[in-house]
Amino acid sequence: MTITNDLIAQHGLTADEYQRIVEALGREPTLTELGAFSVMWSEHCSYKSSRVHLKTLPTTGKRVLQGPGENAGAVDIGDGLAAVFKIESHNHPSFIEPYQGAATGVGGIIRDIFTMGARPIALLNSLRFGSLDDPLVRRTMAGVVAGIAGYGNSIGIPTVGGEIGFDDSYTGNPLVNVFCLGIAQAGEIIKAVASGAGNPVYYVGAKTGRDGIHGATMASAEFDENSAEKRPAVQVGDPFMEKLLLEACLEVMRTDALVGIQDMGAAGLTSSSCEMGSRGDAGVEIDVSLVPQRESGMTPYEIMLSESQERMLLVAKQGREADVERIFEKWDLHAVRIGKVTTDGRLRVLNNGEIVADIPNKALTDDAPRYRRPVAEPSYLKTTQQLDLAALGPPPQSRDVFRRLLASPGIASKRWVYRQYDHMVRTNTLVLPGMGAGVVRIKGTTRALALSVDCNGRFVYLDPFLGAQHAVAEAARNVACAGALPIGATNCLNFGNPEKPEVMWQFVRAVEGMGAACRALDVPITGGNVSLYNETDGRAVLPTPVVGIVGLIEDAERVVRRLFRTGGDVVVLLGESRAELGGSEYLKVMHGQVCGVPPALDLAREAALQRLLVDSAAAGVLHSAHDCAEGGFAMALAECCFDSTVGVSVDIPAVDGADAGFADIAALFAESASRVLVSTSADGATDLLARASAAGVPAAQIGVVGGDRIRITVAGRPVLDEPLADAERIWSSSLERVFERARAVA
Amino acid sequence: MKFAIVVFPGSNCDHDAHYAAEHVLGQQAELIWHKDTSLRGADAVVLPGGFAHGDYLRTGAIARFSPIMQEVRRFADAGGPVLGICNGFQVLLEAGLLPGAMLRNASLHFHCEHVHVKVEQTDTPFTLMCPSGRLLKIPVAHGEGNYYAEAEVLVRVEKNRQVVFRYVDSSGQRTAEANPNGSLNNIAGICNEGRNVVGLMPHPERACELALGSADGLVLFESVVKAVTEGAFAASR
Repeated sequence: MTITNDLIAQHGLTADEYQRIVEALGREPTLTELGAFSVMWSEHCSYKSSRVHLKTLPTTGKRVLQGPGENAGAVDIGDGLAAVFKIESHNHPSFIEPYQGAATGVGGIIRDIFTMGARPIALLNSLRFGSLDDPLVRRTMAGVVAGIAGYGNSIGIPTVGGEIGFDDSYTGNPLVNVFCLGIAQAGEIIKAVASGAGNPVYYVGAKTGRDGIHGATMASAEFDENSAEKRPAVQVGDPFMEKLLLEACLEVMRTDALVGIQDMGAAGLTSSSCEMGSRGDAGVEIDVSLVPQRESGMTPYEIMLSESQERMLLVAKQGREADVERIFEKWDLHAVRIGKVTTDGRLRVLNNGEIVADIPNKALTDDAPRYRRPVAEPSYLKTTQQLDLAALGPPPQSRDVFRRLLASPGIASKRWVYRQYDHMVRTNTLVLPGMGAGVVRIKGTTRALALSVDCNGRFVYLDPFLGAQHAVAEAARNVACAGALPIGATNCLNFGNPEKPEVMWQFVRAVEGMGAACRALDVPITGGNVSLYNETDGRAVLPTPVVGIVGLIEDAERVVRRLFRTGGDVVVLLGESRAELGGSEYLKVMHGQVCGVPPALDLAREAALQRLLVDSAAAGVLHSAHDCAEGGFAMALAECCFDSTVGVSVDIPAVDGADAGFADIAALFAESASRVLVSTSADGATDLLARASAAGVPAAQIGVVGGDRIRITVAGRPVLDEPLADAERIWSSSLERVFERARAVA
Repeated sequence: MKFAIVVFPGSNCDHDAHYAAEHVLGQQAELIWHKDTSLRGADAVVLPGGFAHGDYLRTGAIARFSPIMQEVRRFADAGGPVLGICNGFQVLLEAGLLPGAMLRNASLHFHCEHVHVKVEQTDTPFTLMCPSGRLLKIPVAHGEGNYYAEAEVLVRVEKNRQVVFRYVDSSGQRTAEANPNGSLNNIAGICNEGRNVVGLMPHPERACELALGSADGLVLFESVVKAVTEGAFAASR
């Protein structure tokens, strides 16, 4: 078959890239080879636009056992154990087919974790959708949630937390980012490496079909009105098969018969074979005719590019074949020997013994193109950064804002969502979803891990550098509120088309901000994922660099929760409130505006605040802790009461510099950073304030827990006085009503 | 005493039940692979939650053909205490060891949440330490827990006092709102006529420690320890 220009373009390759392929091979590629280069050099697999920037992120630290480059990162959590974790996107498939797209996203990240030799024990997710007024968005969200539930619940890994945001920019391009954490013996982390000439290469798991061919290429292009035609490129998940694979693989790993293992995710058999060979400086030779196939007449091209789910490639030690095969047989799986490790560093693909591809592994992996794409500061910033409150008309009543924000889907209870997830299986979940960071205990130790995924896309849109810093700070602050020391991070960078200089500028600035914040807070990034081309009809999503943070709690009995506990406890606000309404939920919900500059962030002060939280929690001083995020102080205070059955009464100072008439709004709803609402016993307040003073963290005793109302005065003047039950009803039923009303109408 | 916890390939609450029996309760517990043909001298059998064989067809429909189920049936017929939790309950229904069937939840959604159940029968090996009418706060986590039985079966189950657990609200009232899945008569768990086989949708093994939100489920396991130790329920061998 001749390789035409059309064929090259269809494979998403430029003329220059094709020329590089010819040079790497020393000849024209075969069709199978062209397919292999196409997927391996796609943005999704090669990180060609992002890699030069990702290199600037901090990835090392005294606890880091595995940084970027493997299936997942790993950090030391003591007791000879490692926390293995990563976040990954499945945005494009989830738009085209919400249930299966999201389900297979869960399946993929779980495989990344257990291939490291870790037992997965917790899932989180970070989701973004358009406005729920749109029936298509509701359908997408319902499908995504059901897909995550369908997969995670069946396989028996609890979904213990997450976050969901809404903005019109996500209407045609939802974000589905899934985080998984597993526990491994620190000294027994398994690598995705092929080595040892003559060692057998095994294929195990589901049979290969024509599904998902060019999924990686699909994920590296924008959407348009024809996207629905791409549905065959979305795979179908089988959580039961994955459960068998998980158990069987962990059992094989407990023997010493294994050399390396990798799942066949994006780019399927192609990526797993050449990446394992490349990491081991070895060659891999496989015969596709031996690959178990679900359909007849599949070509080598199709077999190599299929993204059928629940498949693994593993290299065993020569002579130990029987041990490996016996374990898979026990789980009714068949490990099929499809090739061997060689010494020549090449990926050689045979079809019934005849060579159909013969490529140096490095040409597909390390030597893939790298671009430093042009950047340009977006013109929109000139207008969006202007915030003129006076132009918005007279300020609304605080009470109306309070109620509207409680009902807004970004803030309202996500119970309708997390009730569909099994969040308790494995009996480790100490803090249930909807209550800040998810917390799971580590059985057999006294420790627990707190997990949080966060990103405020509005902040990043308005100032990518500062906004990405906020994402890191907020995720770390959330685990610190639980009493956990942030020890490792993973990121999922969701942006638009990197070939547009303004998008690329957002990306570069966000990575710079993220790196600065991770260094200041001492949380290395151990891996992650980049998802570009999140655009539909030329319109990009809000830049959304989601950060997942793992925090370590030394004494699981000292976990701090969000809810106020008992009447009479003292409420203390840590941090400073300023008139910072830029990028706020208030502006979005009440005025439909995304404008202004995000709140300032002093990273040194943030670090001091987090240390104070961790130390005070360990000392048993804190009865509750909750950070002020979307909706500001007032929302945070209300959330501390919901589900607790006790109200609260506080007096806060007026904020400086608020525009005329907006002083109360700013005091209640501005989203100033580095603020945490904590409660402690009446006796403990002195201790806590002394600790805060020593740490250099501003702290003020602002009120007491008790009663059945939420009462706020500003400098002694009443501004809000709401029955707790009313507020809680609005907050807890809002999302449910959206979906149930929609169902009733349908 | 010794628990046998049956492991189907898609079981996922097997380790939770094992942990509750061994670490919380301090009893012996052994995981038994579904292809095994012996319960290895266990005094009580637990069929745990999960998705036994993927359950794409009908929950528990294939599990009843697993080799170990012959042994479970023999054990139950001989009077031994058997507890089916969630998927285990579904398997017991499919195997005919308990009457009735499961439908999808009325909401058509998977549902995971703490609920309240009232203990109505205390003459089973898993409830004999409960005062009658006691409320237990225990989580549910299922997509197909909507208990159904034909009219005459339902009448018989009620008349024979086979409804062991019923969904109620936090004040103990049997209301429609307290029913998480649409089960007939708010049925959360039942026993067989011999009263030694009990199945329930809520997960008592997830409610054995206060750190997890409730320790109300522990009484089911403590009851069977007492039943076995005192010889109240034992399989005649």
